[in-house]
Amino acid sequence: MTRVRTVLLPPALAIVFAALLCAVALLVSGDSPVTALRVMITQVGEGTTAVDIVNSGAIYYIAALAVAIGFQMKLFNIGIEGQFRLAACVAAIVGGTVSLPPVLHTIVIILAAVLVGAAWSGIAAVLKAYRGVSEVISTIMLNFLATGLIAFLIRPDSFGVLQGNNISTAPIPPAGQFFGISFGSAGTVFGMVFVAVALGVGYSFLLNRTRFGFELKASGESPTAATAGGVDARRMVIIALVLSGAVAGLVGLPELLGRDYAYTLTSPQGYGFTGIAVALLGRNHPVGIALGALLWAFLDKSALALDNVGVPREIVLIMQGAVVLSVVVAYEIVRRYELAAEQRRVAAQLRDAAPSPTPASTGSAS
Amino acid sequence: MTALAEAPASGAGPPPTRRRGLRPWARSALVVAVGMVILSITATLTGQLQLTSRGTTQAALLLLLPILLAGLGGLWAERAGVINIGLEGMMILGTWGAAWAGYQWGPWAAVVGGTVFGALGGLLHAVATVTFTVNHIVSGVAINLLGLGVTKYLSTLLFYPVSQNPRQSPRVDGFDTYSMQPVADWMAALEAQQRVLLSDVAGIVGGLISGLTPLAILGFALVPISWVVLWRTRFGLRLRSCGENPVAAESLGVNVRRYKYVAVVVSGALAGLGGAALTLNPGQLGYLEGQTGGRGYIGLAAMIFGNWRPGGLLFGSALFGYVDGVQLRAGGQAVHALLYGATILAVAVAVLWAVRRHWRPAVLALVAGGLVYAVYLSIETVPREFAAYAPQLVTLLVLAVAAQRLRPPAADGLEYRRGEGD
Repeated sequence: MTRVRTVLLPPALAIVFAALLCAVALLVSGDSPVTALRVMITQVGEGTTAVDIVNSGAIYYIAALAVAIGFQMKLFNIGIEGQFRLAACVAAIVGGTVSLPPVLHTIVIILAAVLVGAAWSGIAAVLKAYRGVSEVISTIMLNFLATGLIAFLIRPDSFGVLQGNNISTAPIPPAGQFFGISFGSAGTVFGMVFVAVALGVGYSFLLNRTRFGFELKASGESPTAATAGGVDARRMVIIALVLSGAVAGLVGLPELLGRDYAYTLTSPQGYGFTGIAVALLGRNHPVGIALGALLWAFLDKSALALDNVGVPREIVLIMQGAVVLSVVVAYEIVRRYELAAEQRRVAAQLRDAAPSPTPASTGSAS
Repeated sequence: MTALAEAPASGAGPPPTRRRGLRPWARSALVVAVGMVILSITATLTGQLQLTSRGTTQAALLLLLPILLAGLGGLWAERAGVINIGLEGMMILGTWGAAWAGYQWGPWAAVVGGTVFGALGGLLHAVATVTFTVNHIVSGVAINLLGLGVTKYLSTLLFYPVSQNPRQSPRVDGFDTYSMQPVADWMAALEAQQRVLLSDVAGIVGGLISGLTPLAILGFALVPISWVVLWRTRFGLRLRSCGENPVAAESLGVNVRRYKYVAVVVSGALAGLGGAALTLNPGQLGYLEGQTGGRGYIGLAAMIFGNWRPGGLLFGSALFGYVDGVQLRAGGQAVHALLYGATILAVAVAVLWAVRRHWRPAVLALVAGGLVYAVYLSIETVPREFAAYAPQLVTLLVLAVAAQRLRPPAADGLEYRRGEGD
């Protein structure tokens, strides 16, 4: 019961609160929240929406895992955004340049993305470990620099190709593309969705079944205790951030290898920040993150239907922002409530045990 | 960031300066003078006269104002111990609020509207971080998301019917600009004579005193005002004590929560004012989706660059604004010339260290200068794509070199719960 209350209640409260907030906003502007919700839910069954939700959910899931690895150690990798975009860009260039047999080609592209993501976050990692630079600031700066570097890389006189009004990298040949599962008119599920699931399993295994995961969590819970226990803090910072960047490198690949086959100036952005929000929503738990990613993707994709009933679809952005802020607040409220309940329980036990001379043993109820 | 080595100086500048008897203002004047000489030499030798022209300075001034205000916002919050990554979101709220009030009731209403909307964002951050002790960065990221969402929603709702564009507000009336006459004309005349150093100084000074708006003057006035309020009043001392050691402040009867609330709301108001400065920018009057372009983050960087002090923050945002202005007005060629200036600066720094007989930093500075010079020689022009991000690169380099000399408030970003100190 306690577990249900501490784990499931806060997100539920937060979603209800955010939904109420949006309902009020819609009512104030003269729209019907009920219609909006109904339209959004029926939209899931229309066209390619369901498949789009799964595809986007997988992308958000990978991004959130990358964030969560850092969060475990109380490191804020704000730079997922820059890492994934630069990785996708370089991977597209590599994929469009080399020509290899089918499976090998894909593997080379994925490796390139992972390496670039890891290297870009590695800069922040080294600065943090050896120069004491806050990773928050350095990764924000690296996000800007990544934008500049991408613009430079896909110039026509660097690696870019002019296609109509848009500049893009050379297209990746079929040998390098990742398989997808077609549902006919309902769309095609990216094969990378399975990679995302595998990453989730790997993340769970890493945290709960390996020494590294233990050290990671220990460093996050209490750096001093971890150091006393023989954990090299500097090494942990570097590994955690580089690993986070390596996973971030994969974020752009589902769309690159499953749909776009080239990186363009208009390739999607913002997944890094979505990842932060989803990781918070899912409390860094592999299953929680998956649910958060699907919720986020549902809001994103179903919002398209709101235009049909004359509701500004930007209401969804308010919902998303509100849900992130209220979920962290809800965790804090529930935590305080639990703490107070525990204090009352212990006090009651102490009162009952007062006549006996050994209060210490009964006082440590957990 | 561990900066305990510098702790005894308590933020009043490193000890060597005191030994030489240079007051902070004199040191700033020296920095400005040296910078001016280097720029002048660079402009003369590379022929990039745009580096010190009046137009470049004016562009830089417009660009630095929002960064400066966001940075001041960061300063207020962080001096009270609350990290404010949400500056960007508060700034976006400010641009919207300014445009909404501005297109209906004029520029002064825009200033008020931007400030109020920013302050609302700040209030939200304060509720989350102070009352509910949510992690400051988490709350900030959420506010950035929320700021973007709220403004997009409101723009579709309220601007679209008027401007026929959901991403843009109707045109906002800007401020009239003022020039300090007749000095501005003298400077223009002097600049036109193309004399070494003299004309360069005239160009920069001329740019600083012409085309001013009341908002720009207010923005610059807020730097000394913030300094006086935070460092020379009882209120400021208490506010900063909340950022250094809230438990000690609490034990002395300071209402830490109230001070943190005030600081974060002021922080949001300043960021919102920065947003208003963007909305009232003469080149682009009105709200435009995405017009902040990460300036809230850059303001934060400028503040860290400036070691959590108003003067340093002004210097940091001037650097950002200047490089941005040069890049916009004169393009990659001029930014390329700045590399030459950076070489001169590195050599000067090397000589300075050598005179003090600190050989290792001297050699390092010399090597860095050599590297920059090699880059300068090997490329014709800095690609446009990089030129735009030069300030971010500089910030990263400065942090890499000087992070250990920076001294953030001791309890910056830490959770504080009333009555739970040990």
